[in-house]
Amino acid sequence: MEDSTSLSQKKENQPLREAMLPREEGTAASPQDPRPQSSGPWEAEPAPDARPRPRSSCAQSPGSRGPAAGQGASSSPPPPLQLSSTLARQNLGAPRQPDGASSGVSDAGTALSDPLGPSTDEREWAHRSHSVEDTGPLAWQPNSSSKLCQPKELPSGSVQKEGWSCHKDPGQPESRACEASTSMLDIAVQNAKGYLFQASSKTGLNLYDHLSNMLTKILDERPENAVDIIENISQNVKMAHFSKKLDTFQNENEMLPTYDIAEGQKALFLQGHLEGVDQELEDEIVENSLPNIMESAFYFEQAGVGLSTDETYRIFLALKQLTDTHPIQRCRFWGKILGLEMNYIVAEVEIREGEDEEEVEEEDVVEAEERDNGQSDADREEEDELPKSLYRPSQVIPKEENRTGANKYVYFVCNEPGRPWVKLPSVKPAQIVTARKIKKFFTGQLDAPIISYPPFPGNESNYLRAQIARISAGTHVSPLGFYQFGEEEGEEEEEVESGRSSFEENPDFEGIQVLDLVESLSNWVHHVQHILPQGRCTWFNPTPKHEEEEEEDEEKEEPDYIEQEVGPPLLTPISEDSEIQNIPAWTTRLSSSLIPQYAIAVLRSNLWPGAYAFSTGKKFENFYIGWGCKYSVHNYSPPVPPPVYQEYSSGPEITEMDDPSVEEEQAFRAAQEATELAAQDSESEEDEDDDN
Amino acid sequence: MDTESLMLSLELAAGSGQGLSPDRRAALLTSLLLVKRDYRYNRVLFWGRILGIVADYYIAQGLAEDQLAPRKTLYSLNCMEWSLLPPATEEMAAQVATVKGRFMGDPSHEYEQTEFQKMSSEGEKPFEEDVVVQVKEETRLVSVIDQIDKAVAIIPRGAFFKTPYGPVHVNRTFEGLPLSEAKKLSSYFHFREPVSLKNKTLLEKADLDPSLDFLDSLEYDIPKGSWSIQLERGNSLVVLRSLLWPGLTFFHTPRTRNHGYIYVGTGEKNMDLPFML
Repeated sequence: MEDSTSLSQKKENQPLREAMLPREEGTAASPQDPRPQSSGPWEAEPAPDARPRPRSSCAQSPGSRGPAAGQGASSSPPPPLQLSSTLARQNLGAPRQPDGASSGVSDAGTALSDPLGPSTDEREWAHRSHSVEDTGPLAWQPNSSSKLCQPKELPSGSVQKEGWSCHKDPGQPESRACEASTSMLDIAVQNAKGYLFQASSKTGLNLYDHLSNMLTKILDERPENAVDIIENISQNVKMAHFSKKLDTFQNENEMLPTYDIAEGQKALFLQGHLEGVDQELEDEIVENSLPNIMESAFYFEQAGVGLSTDETYRIFLALKQLTDTHPIQRCRFWGKILGLEMNYIVAEVEIREGEDEEEVEEEDVVEAEERDNGQSDADREEEDELPKSLYRPSQVIPKEENRTGANKYVYFVCNEPGRPWVKLPSVKPAQIVTARKIKKFFTGQLDAPIISYPPFPGNESNYLRAQIARISAGTHVSPLGFYQFGEEEGEEEEEVESGRSSFEENPDFEGIQVLDLVESLSNWVHHVQHILPQGRCTWFNPTPKHEEEEEEDEEKEEPDYIEQEVGPPLLTPISEDSEIQNIPAWTTRLSSSLIPQYAIAVLRSNLWPGAYAFSTGKKFENFYIGWGCKYSVHNYSPPVPPPVYQEYSSGPEITEMDDPSVEEEQAFRAAQEATELAAQDSESEEDEDDDN
Repeated sequence: MDTESLMLSLELAAGSGQGLSPDRRAALLTSLLLVKRDYRYNRVLFWGRILGIVADYYIAQGLAEDQLAPRKTLYSLNCMEWSLLPPATEEMAAQVATVKGRFMGDPSHEYEQTEFQKMSSEGEKPFEEDVVVQVKEETRLVSVIDQIDKAVAIIPRGAFFKTPYGPVHVNRTFEGLPLSEAKKLSSYFHFREPVSLKNKTLLEKADLDPSLDFLDSLEYDIPKGSWSIQLERGNSLVVLRSLLWPGLTFFHTPRTRNHGYIYVGTGEKNMDLPFML
């Protein structure tokens, strides 16, 4: 290394440095390879290059450092300061020093080497500079014209401070000597350095520190083609000044919701370990009301549909939690409805018999209010004889009982697995009828109002329930033969009109070939009852009540006999579904054409985009994921408001007539005058006659 | 989404429900690599899937070094053989504007549209004639992809930067949006030539960083509210879904470099959006 050689050369050329020599001789351990020739006088060196750190540059090739050496001293002092002090300590143990360090140091020293004497021997100055590593910073101290130099360099590193303090005293005699031989170049360099140390009036940073930070970062991270992204790196370094220090208290604020959800989901994972008794485990496995969602998810994934695996698993756990907390006979993952702010995860559930919760009957309250209104109107009528309103609101069609028709299943929703499940209210026919006329996005809040025309009777939870009912009725299908009607004698006659509403699994179902399922839609059947235009699955006849009340009333526009609405019966094949403008209502696909022997049949609904069904021949499942809106080719146009109700019967008393026009008035006046004249003539004639 | 991070991107975008089956994924990984080599693209994006009645179109896009240069679009029916689509023109857009309904899935399918055309011969009154115009499905595909790109393809702020020479490059020092910025619409830009940048006031322009803010942000999209921003997985994933073109999902993990968008849908604009909000 240069230490020993430099030391020897120093003895020859720099008697001034004798004070430093003893210390440095001690540090220099053994002769090492001579420093490679630097490529040229240091004045010609290129602009500030990367300065290697002592620890990170051990692998540097000497050659690369060569040209880097001797660069403008203006940018080098602080790192070489660090290098010098660390090197000084390292020298004691490790004779070998990184060449990079030496080159860095040499730069510090080169500034000195010039004033000390025109040593053109490149090796010399390189070695010399290395040996005067400690004096380098010292020499700077008095040499730098601006006093900013000192305080600026000190904060750049605590190591430097130590370096400063160690070598201060011995350096004083040197500095005076250096001052004496300051050259023009040195002054220029110091001026440049002083300029770089100027603090910006806006930000308080100075270019010197910024450049050194930037170069440190680049050398640490070593990105490719650093020159292309140098501006961005510079920006990032500046921004790093403003980043908060890691503070355990402050950091938590930002991530609080994340941790909440994570905690909730952790609870999901831990629920199974609450009471780890073997017997309970057996019980669970026996009365399993939970379907194998992971299996269905696997099949749907073959079709390209479905959520990510971990989300599905979390939903699985959430469903398990649901079955544990509520008395549930059977449950199924119905699907996911996307919303504006939050999404809904929907579970279709069949509650065990006898455990239905009684819902508050809201209809009674409404009817009581109507009756009160009617009575007060009657009172007023007697006093003022106001015309009686002929408007009668159409009778409210009662909702279907639980477990029948559209209310066959109960639905639970949650926004995210880990959040509590909320039960959706049963659906009423009026809600379904209105839901058919509007098209709305879901926001994600169950109590959000639905502002629409016609006004929706309810809030978002009711609208959600209505859409779920419509989607289930329209898109839940199963392979033909999977379900069959229960064989019960004697009931066929009664059920012919209303259609069969009960079915059960066919134990003898042998499965249908996947290819058959794909080719023909008649192999699939709906297993959910169709919802009639009335809003119910079973027809409710409102006329019997009307007949009693209408005896005295005037003629009504409604016919006395309302036709019974009939829908396609249960278990009709889906090939009977009406087309949407020449497009079939369903699209069938084989999940994979490359390996057909293990492929499954996938059905995609074109009427409700997002509804999927798959079947492997024996197994099947339905799923929905989407926005919850029906597809229509034409744009949605809201229904027109009904015409204004005619309150008063028209008659001659209140019929408006046009004002007579000018000609008519004149003609009338002329006619009047003519009659008056005629009357006067006749009177005058009579008078004459009388007189006579 | 970038083909390099295809698997991760598909996983992150799976919240919308539509994704790819395993065989398609495997096919894509191999075939897009070959596409990149054959056409010498700088980056290949898997754009998405358009669902047709008979078959689905899988769309990919190839980008040159300059990210804002016109992209080459390729389509495939089986994720293996890719065909280049012609670039979109104004005439195509005009032709396709009248076609409604789903895509058939057959590129050579022709839609028949009857149009009223006013023909005026010399000296006589102009009279209207019914002309049957045939629009090929390929044209419709090109035009729809172009519309979707112009309307709803988005990138987070800082992912691209503009060099002084003009070309737009991927920002290698992009470290992701911070959580506070991730929920704002203004942190996301349209991935197309800016249209409304010039309309900003001077005061607004003074705050912009010319190397990063050179695209339109989503804040001023019409109709307002046509984007749904959600934080999934407990704030560790930002998902933007477009309501104007339902099926477009954009995802981004804050504080990381992952971001991308995918369109899986029927390829029809949601014209009922104002009623549905």
